[in-house]
Amino acid sequence: MNSIQELFQKKDKNLLSIYFTCGYPNLEDTTKVISELEKSGVDFIEVGLPYSDPLADGPTIQDSSQKALENGINLDVIFEQLLALKSTNKTPLILMGYLNQMLKFGEEKFCQKVVDCGIDTLILPDLPMIEYENHYKQLFEKYGLTNVFLITPHTSEERIRKIDSYSKAFIYVVASASITGAKGEISNQQIAYFERIKAMNLQSKLIVGFGISDKSTFNTACKYANGTIIGSAFIKYLGKNGVDKIDGFIKPIIS
Amino acid sequence: MKFQPTKEGYYGQFGGAFIPELLYPNVKELEDNYLKILESDEFQKEYKDLLQHYVGRPSPLYLAKRLSEKYGATIYLKREDLNHTGAHKVNNTIGQILVAKHLGKTKIIAETGAGQHGVATATVCALMNLECTVFMGEVDIKRQAPNVARMKMLGAKVVAATSGSKTLKDATNEAIRYWIQNPETYYLIGSVVGPHPYPDMVARLQAVISEEMKAQLKEQTGNENPDTIIACVGGGSNAAGAFYHYLENEKVELIAVEAAGLGVNSGESAATSQLGEVGVIHGSKTILMQDEYGQIVEPYSLSAGLDYPGVGPLHAYLFETKRAKFMNATDKEALDAAFELTKIEGIIPALETAHALAVLPKMDLKKDQVVVINLSGRGDKDLETYINHLEK
Repeated sequence: MNSIQELFQKKDKNLLSIYFTCGYPNLEDTTKVISELEKSGVDFIEVGLPYSDPLADGPTIQDSSQKALENGINLDVIFEQLLALKSTNKTPLILMGYLNQMLKFGEEKFCQKVVDCGIDTLILPDLPMIEYENHYKQLFEKYGLTNVFLITPHTSEERIRKIDSYSKAFIYVVASASITGAKGEISNQQIAYFERIKAMNLQSKLIVGFGISDKSTFNTACKYANGTIIGSAFIKYLGKNGVDKIDGFIKPIIS
Repeated sequence: MKFQPTKEGYYGQFGGAFIPELLYPNVKELEDNYLKILESDEFQKEYKDLLQHYVGRPSPLYLAKRLSEKYGATIYLKREDLNHTGAHKVNNTIGQILVAKHLGKTKIIAETGAGQHGVATATVCALMNLECTVFMGEVDIKRQAPNVARMKMLGAKVVAATSGSKTLKDATNEAIRYWIQNPETYYLIGSVVGPHPYPDMVARLQAVISEEMKAQLKEQTGNENPDTIIACVGGGSNAAGAFYHYLENEKVELIAVEAAGLGVNSGESAATSQLGEVGVIHGSKTILMQDEYGQIVEPYSLSAGLDYPGVGPLHAYLFETKRAKFMNATDKEALDAAFELTKIEGIIPALETAHALAVLPKMDLKKDQVVVINLSGRGDKDLETYINHLEK
């Protein structure tokens, strides 16, 4: 059983996950951000690998990646930082990056490093299903890794069913047809989409992301899913307030 | 057919559709329909009619006598610079705008480097009365001002890409992001790059170049096959078009010329095949300039149309299988070649095209060797760069 499945056994409602970018705002902040998030009561953490050309991310996350890369972050440093946390951190981590990073680092080496850091769940938004079926499924299984797939309001039912059968951790329900960081409240159209997915009675847990930014959007999304991921809103807060004030972002959402 | 993609869009290990789920329905819709549309009688009739009466095809195949004399070979220029809008780009935009219409799309987005594809897209959108938004790097907006003005005059909205190197790669990122947020739009990609089926669709639409070349060579020389075809490569659409009907005929030498910028090993270059490794960019697996951690390296060329860190997957495959020979030319070599062609043939080429011309002095040519250079575009848009060089 992977770490996220274990988590769901203990708690499967109102889960809050936070996305953050490694090496942002400062090179050494990766471990501090994770510890502070853990202290604040976040259920699991999405660790973002900064990438030069992040297609699925909005300007906030892209800027944080750019800053982190300028700070000198790279995969070797990230794996070192994560390894240093392994013995103390109890909050499940999932790793989010783009396929080219894994390709260049070496697929097997990448998988081994991820496992060494105690991580068993990945999000690679540009990994196509056909590549997963033909190659990566087997590779990830060899290392005991599981891949999280995204679905959107435009994903067909047939495809959602297939994704459901491949998902061991959860399905990432993209709240709207948008890149990360889209603003605004949750619309009736989005609620209809959440209801449609809920009514499909999938075996997988559902985590909603993209456009979740505060207590109100968190609460709404949690009515239809097991939890949410917040990214851009947290990155913005972190950029403004720094690592020591993380509690001030999390507490108002989960209290 | 070794150089045709598989059903999933792979040329050997290259190609495919590496896109976020958010784009899957759009790309799938196009994948399911593009061949049906392209092969339909209705499309063919309309496409050919527009190419002839609107674009001005067939473009001439011109025997460049003085250039031939200078380099000791028989050199023909395929005059894509004489197309409406001044480059080969319009062959593709005419085709894709018809595809978009068949799919019922009303809003068009595009990315552009030198502005040639942006102008060609804005033109066909004006022609078809469709809303047009063009993404262009902030740096390119400055260095290609005449094309920006043309796009605006044609009614297009030009959006500046301000991330990264602020050039073509970033304009492409911005276009893709806009597409994710506006899935009802049609993304009119300007080169043989991007997720399947774009590389194949764009190559098929540019293949009109080699199709005409065959007939024209047959008429002018008695033989439809040249010995050598030379074309510049950024993403690679003019090269794909010039090579297309000769890909399977290995007797025809194919030469792809990349921009070396200040020199291949200067750190300021866009010679992807020399500096790149296998990677994923803008939705396809190809050869890509990247650092040891897979971060995309910002390319450099004086020519806005060639400073792209990847090449189309077909070209990556041509490079890997050695079917095409990859050469390169520096900024200076390209400028010298542009001035030379202007002086001895009275043709001012685009700076991109000048890279193809710039390899002539580096080749071991024979007098009866029939060489076709794809003159992909005209140089009006580069006048400011040329003027700066004149003054030096």
